[in-house]
Amino acid sequence: MSDLSTLPHLPALRRGKPYESLEKNEVLDHGSGKAVAVVSQVNAGILKKDLQRIGEGRAALRKFTVAQLVEISAKAGDLFLSGTLPLGDRGHMQSADDYVRTLSGTSGLPHVMVRRNMTKIHYALTHVGTVLNGLSRGLPMEVIDRGYGEQSGAAVSYYPTTQALGLVMPSNSPAVNSLWLPAIALKTPVIIKPGREEPWTPFRLIQAFIAAGAPPEAFGFYPTDHEGSGEIMRLCGRALIFGDANTVAQYRDNPKFSVHGPGFSKILIGDDKIENWPEYIDLMVSSIAENGGRSCVNASAVVVPKYAREIAQALSAKLGPVLPLGPADEGARLSGFANPKMADHIDAAIDEGLKTPGAQDVTALHREGGRKMLFEGGTYLRPTIIQCDSFEHPLSNREFMCPYASVVEVPQNEMLGKIGSSLVVTAITEDPAFTAELLDSPLIERLNLGPITTMKISWDQPHEGNMFEFLYRRRSIERA
Amino acid sequence: MATPTPEAAQAQLDTQLREIIQWHFSPETGCPFWLNWAAKAGWDPRTEIHTSADLIKFPHFQDEWLRDLQPEVWVPKAYAGRPFNIFETGGTTGMPKQRIGWEDYKTDYSEFSEKISDEHFPRNHFWLMMGPTGPRRLRLAIEHLANVRGSACYFIDLDPRWVKKLITNKQFDQAKAYMDHVVDQAATILKHRKVSGLFTTPKLLEALAERVDIWDAGIRGVFCGGTTMLPQYVRFIVEEVLENRIGFYPTYGNTLMGLAASVPLTPADQYSITYYAPQPRAILRVVEPENTQKTVEYDAWGRVELTTLTREFFMPRFLERDEAIRRKPRAQYAWDGVAEVRPFGAMQKTIVEGVY
Repeated sequence: MSDLSTLPHLPALRRGKPYESLEKNEVLDHGSGKAVAVVSQVNAGILKKDLQRIGEGRAALRKFTVAQLVEISAKAGDLFLSGTLPLGDRGHMQSADDYVRTLSGTSGLPHVMVRRNMTKIHYALTHVGTVLNGLSRGLPMEVIDRGYGEQSGAAVSYYPTTQALGLVMPSNSPAVNSLWLPAIALKTPVIIKPGREEPWTPFRLIQAFIAAGAPPEAFGFYPTDHEGSGEIMRLCGRALIFGDANTVAQYRDNPKFSVHGPGFSKILIGDDKIENWPEYIDLMVSSIAENGGRSCVNASAVVVPKYAREIAQALSAKLGPVLPLGPADEGARLSGFANPKMADHIDAAIDEGLKTPGAQDVTALHREGGRKMLFEGGTYLRPTIIQCDSFEHPLSNREFMCPYASVVEVPQNEMLGKIGSSLVVTAITEDPAFTAELLDSPLIERLNLGPITTMKISWDQPHEGNMFEFLYRRRSIERA
Repeated sequence: MATPTPEAAQAQLDTQLREIIQWHFSPETGCPFWLNWAAKAGWDPRTEIHTSADLIKFPHFQDEWLRDLQPEVWVPKAYAGRPFNIFETGGTTGMPKQRIGWEDYKTDYSEFSEKISDEHFPRNHFWLMMGPTGPRRLRLAIEHLANVRGSACYFIDLDPRWVKKLITNKQFDQAKAYMDHVVDQAATILKHRKVSGLFTTPKLLEALAERVDIWDAGIRGVFCGGTTMLPQYVRFIVEEVLENRIGFYPTYGNTLMGLAASVPLTPADQYSITYYAPQPRAILRVVEPENTQKTVEYDAWGRVELTTLTREFFMPRFLERDEAIRRKPRAQYAWDGVAEVRPFGAMQKTIVEGVY
């Protein structure tokens, strides 16, 4: 057993100030089960108390211009990617390699995926100016500094919608942290409840921001319980919500919240391109399986007018044999589960779905053993391709935290009526009529026309909510 | 107050035990319940119970007896004809457990009065109780405590059974609205009346402090009870709600046992509160859940077992729905304490505690 007193201790950060709680959680290595750090837990009352003074965080950020904060963000990006930063309050330091190893150890993500996520975060931080330009449609950021100004010859004024941005973070993928990064340049303090198994990324990002010159008061890091999470959502004027379909459904219509649930992202092939389907198999494989299949932009369904059986077979031949590899292996494609119960739950849910006639686990023909497997002490789910007879089948439109996709045959003219809400749709077609239908569809958040992986996102275009519009609202202004 | 030696405390407890056993199991003084019980049990506690170690000869007291039987079965013959109070336990739904009594609560709270300071609870002033009143012993007990200190007390009721129902039914908005309603009333009293002493539950205290500056409102001492208070939460209350300047007196207890006071916190305690039973009138043991005859080691977790030993009520070895850490005796108590009390099985399942 590790001596807990010598492990790194991640304190809560209350307006940037470390706070060691008497109640701490251990963060465990997903393979060995050994504690690698302890994290201070705070009660909801502490959040309520601190949020009463959140104006101080905002005031500290207001002393900077957006341009200065954009610069600080870029510097923070470099520090995050390659710097050595404080890890907690017991004198431990964390290099970039330490971060990769630790996050991999506790989340089950192989090193190669952690690095890819780091690169995404780095890109987001070093391009905040571009991102803001895209999100605000070219608004000169001096308008945010002064509160008013001109854009394209018209008077404009924007006011902040909140004193702070609340974040109840998940543990499944570090890149989700990129969503809140523009808030700092937009002078909005963040109140973060880290995921239980993933305190590393938000803590390192905060340290990077502070080292780059951001005011510590702008950062709240509050490992807390369900009640504390509730207070973050209740008391922050704006909050990002992550969760399953049921969780996000409760918040979807409330303007205080930006919801980030399952993406149900899809690949559609039109009648005009279906005969060329073998050309797109690699694109489908990467869309389904990149990042361990954990992102909301991973494709979870392939919708085709014909050849569903052949496509399912071809995908399975590529994905079925994929096995877990050691975390440091550059070829690792699967991610372990920090919480093995989640793997049990997913495995059981797929098996339960297969009891309904009309679906086949095609990957089962291409792998030895079951879907769930233990490897070097970690729990993994192997890729799963399910061919479904129709979109009515319960497994046709599901999303799981592993490489999973259904392949469903649907006539092209029925596709948009069947697929439901989809975060990303890659539509492989050049048919003008079908393209026009896709462009008109209110169900698609991001549309890729042509053979583009669903994993591609553009930082200057919002694919899931517009952070600028979320944090600022335009008002009419007249000055005498 | 000088701390007795452990031997003296044990001797005092055993004397009390023998006297109470004699009282409840003698036809001239005992109550129908225990006389009938002894007749069926086939042994006479008066001849077999000599020290507290002998108490394990009794089976665990069954709380159904307090639900299913009429209250008069608990009236000692010596008290026949004297009207009694009927007190009910906290937040349970359905038929509540009922305990009858006459003077016990006054004895307990008069004794407790000696453990709170005049600085925090000035004499001849005013108190506010915000918490479960209704059929609970606490209602009269708090008023008595205020009275013995020359003070009077305002009351704001909170019905824990209703809160429990709301939370069980996931009507969280309603629960919050009800809590706001209770806190509103307290804030109104504090605004219009001079109050220095407050009895409430930790959650209500937190909610009240969000609404009003309780120091500015005149509160100098807070007496809290009724729920789990883990060290971090205690620290939060002391440092951030009471801002290290209002006296804090956590207590543990219930209608069946009485009131276990806590020892003043020292830095070494790390905000872990230890409570001591009002011996010799009650005994708290921390026992192995699977072998309740055995006490756990010091500083180990176990289930709380309580025994009440008064002329008004004899209740041997009642297994509480709580678990706690067994602590060593500490001045001014020469017997074991219980610390960090929380619902039994709290680590295994979620338990509805509501606003307690």
